[in-house]
Amino acid sequence: MKLREIQKKLNLNVLTAQDHMETEVHSAYTSDLLSDVMAHAQGGTLWITLQTHQNVIAVAKLKELAGVILVNNREPEEETRNKAEEENVPLLTTSENAFHISGKLYRLLGIEK
Amino acid sequence: MKNKENVLSQHYEINGGDFSNAGNISTQIKETLKELGIRSSLIRRAAIAAYEAEMNVVMYAHQGQFQFSLTPSTIHFTVKDLGIGIEDIELAMQEGYSTATEELREMGFGAGMGLPNIKRNSDQFQISSTPGKGTFLDIFFYLNQREK
Ligand SMILES: Nc1ncnc2c1ncn2[C@@H]1O[C@H](COP(=O)(O)OP(=O)(O)OP(=O)(O)O)[C@@H](O)[C@H]1O
Ligand SMILES: [Mg+2]
Repeated sequence: MKLREIQKKLNLNVLTAQDHMETEVHSAYTSDLLSDVMAHAQGGTLWITLQTHQNVIAVAKLKELAGVILVNNREPEEETRNKAEEENVPLLTTSENAFHISGKLYRLLGIEK
Repeated sequence: MKNKENVLSQHYEINGGDFSNAGNISTQIKETLKELGIRSSLIRRAAIAAYEAEMNVVMYAHQGQFQFSLTPSTIHFTVKDLGIGIEDIELAMQEGYSTATEELREMGFGAGMGLPNIKRNSDQFQISSTPGKGTFLDIFFYLNQREK
């Protein structure tokens, strides 16, 4: 499913990289540990996290993730937002917590074991 | 070891504590490998190792040097830093072991997965360290080898 469609269906706010919302999203990964995401997230994945630091963008870029969803209404730091814009990484926010947004995305993407 | 002809060699400096540029070296190396047409599964592994090595210098050292070279048969990283060094390398290599500060953990570091990620993703890996002085990593990827 395209990131744009996910964003609309889950009512996510788009903070950066508005013109990079056509990426195909295959899966999502929920984690607040950067090395865990480095190790386990696949390309084309949406990353769900509460981390707002700019190193999130470095990881997202390096792993070629589809985008980052910040949960619990967290606001990114200004450097994070700037870096995301520069590196064309869509940064999205939601008022929901990680459990709820992960569950909704799981259902939306039709991921079954 | 036989002498091999380098086709490419890059040198980068890393400043300890410089989180705003952290990840840039790994990103540049990744771009270079892509331009050179290295296969993507290998690029993914090399990028992970480069990132973790780069971050450890930013997190635990004052200053570091990242040397990247490419020969017809290998991708080679050496990462040398001046820093606090590692007392017990075996312990540091264990997944989950971390001495990251509370501040670093709040930023998402300190899973204790960096060194294990380097080992798992590389084809050859050596680490040596002198406490109080610094740490040295030697990391290889073989271009002409079956995927691990
Ligand atoms: N370059 C270094 N200089 C000094 N100590 C280091 C260095 N690299 C690693 N260490 C030590 O080894 C430990 C384990 O490193 P590792 O990269 O596996 O995990 P981490 O950096 O603590 O967390 P993560 O990489 O998951 O964010 C570190 O906590 C630190 O004590
Ligand atoms: Mg580390």
